[in-house]
Amino acid sequence: MSRQELQDVLGKGWRKPHFITDPLLRWGLMTGFAAYLFAAYLTIEVDWGRVYEGLDRGWQFLLAFARPDFLSRAGDIWDGLWESIVMTVAASVVGVLISIPIGLGAARNIAPLPVYLACRALVAISRALQEIIVAILLVAIFGFGPLAGFLTLSFATIGFLSKLLAEDIEAMDRSQAEAIRASGARWLQWINYGVQPQVMPRLVGLSMYRIDINFRESAILGLVGAGGIGATLNTAFDRYEYDTAAAILILIIGIVMALEYISGLIRARVQ
Amino acid sequence: MLRLQKLTKTYKTGDQALKAVDLEVPKGQVLALIGPSGAGKSTLIRCINRLVEPTGGEVWLENVDLARLGSGALRRARRSMGMIFQEYALVERLTVMENVLSGRLGYVGFWRSFLRRFPQSDIDEAFRLLDRVGLLHMADKRADELSGGQRQRVGICRALIQNPKLLLVDEPTASLDPKTSRQIMRLICELCDERGLAAIINIHDVALAQMFVQRVVGLRFGAIEFDGPPSKLTPNVLTRIYGEEDWEATIQKVEDDDGIEAAE
Repeated sequence: MSRQELQDVLGKGWRKPHFITDPLLRWGLMTGFAAYLFAAYLTIEVDWGRVYEGLDRGWQFLLAFARPDFLSRAGDIWDGLWESIVMTVAASVVGVLISIPIGLGAARNIAPLPVYLACRALVAISRALQEIIVAILLVAIFGFGPLAGFLTLSFATIGFLSKLLAEDIEAMDRSQAEAIRASGARWLQWINYGVQPQVMPRLVGLSMYRIDINFRESAILGLVGAGGIGATLNTAFDRYEYDTAAAILILIIGIVMALEYISGLIRARVQ
Repeated sequence: MLRLQKLTKTYKTGDQALKAVDLEVPKGQVLALIGPSGAGKSTLIRCINRLVEPTGGEVWLENVDLARLGSGALRRARRSMGMIFQEYALVERLTVMENVLSGRLGYVGFWRSFLRRFPQSDIDEAFRLLDRVGLLHMADKRADELSGGQRQRVGICRALIQNPKLLLVDEPTASLDPKTSRQIMRLICELCDERGLAAIINIHDVALAQMFVQRVVGLRFGAIEFDGPPSKLTPNVLTRIYGEEDWEATIQKVEDDDGIEAAE
């Protein structure tokens, strides 16, 4: 019988089975998506006259990059930059320190259910609230200045880092942790010997990445009054001082690139 | 010394991994636990140190019923049971020395272990054990730099530094080549002999088990099917343990290995 089955398929071509087997549904979905995409593009209104005017302004902006002015507002730039760096470092350290216990709690394979749910809820809240919204709220509470920015970034770091740390813990090799537990280790010893070595490279890598993000965010938070280089940048735009704005942007890009380079070096070392 | 009474494990899925197993292991006896995959071998040894919670029955280690212990007492009881794992289960990013010393975690406080400041006696014992298995020069290497056989020897040191009364050994040779497998089995059996340890060794390789142990227990569908000396493992018995279908292959394997052994 199986010989007959074999004879039936010999000489016939073979194609990978389709993900959606019903051809009607498959083609329906594809044409539906194409139609939606087309319709969506049609709804975008473009005022070409406005674009033409804007091109000139954009050009001015780009020209400013060719002659950035670091000097005439050097004091303001330096103050803003320094404030941003302080905010970044302080918020990253506090955020990472708080993220570690929350990350442990948010990992289903090591935390009991109530702790897990509480930590996941906290992570969800932190991730649901966009930085700008948190910053506006905290500026309302604490007033203008870098304190609000620092708190905002710490809060955002917790959501980001706890979630990714928890996911790494959930993906760890169970047997290594099991071996430590079998020796009669306490819970903290178990974390220190069985779990931490497995997730450490990722924790370091993510922390470096978060420092990078926090610095970039600190440039945005100034727009809502939460201090940092963003405030300086905003002022420069308001005064149409594109050359100063260009200088600030170049500095931000330079620092982000430097951070990227350093974090690459560190990540390579901790593998 | 170790006595299992009506040990039962039913998983949440409804699978009965162990059906009221009774087993007694006297002091100093090395016992091989054989049986097909899914027969409950791993579950059985994990129920002893409660990495898997038994759903019923008693586990007596000397005068303590392990199945009833609270978490603190269980942690202390685990110190007297060393475990050796399939695929070694070394913490790969820790050094060989840290892996060996992790066997002492049940005896030292958190801060000592966190700062890696173990008592001198523990450190000396770790060096002695590493020397015994021929890995003294590897002490500061990271565990993932070692070969399979070397890793398993570190795993043996980690279990022995606990100063256990009982070794629980889960497929120690599953991922090793035939020669290394024999060396590891020989090492485990020698060390048990030197220290008067009882051991339960889960093993797939029937011929290898026959070579080294005094007693073989065959498990099938979570129940003991055979219990006796290795010489009593006849083709019929293997059929009973592994089932009709595997009869040819199993016998073949035993004969082949005997042939190799004779040629050596």
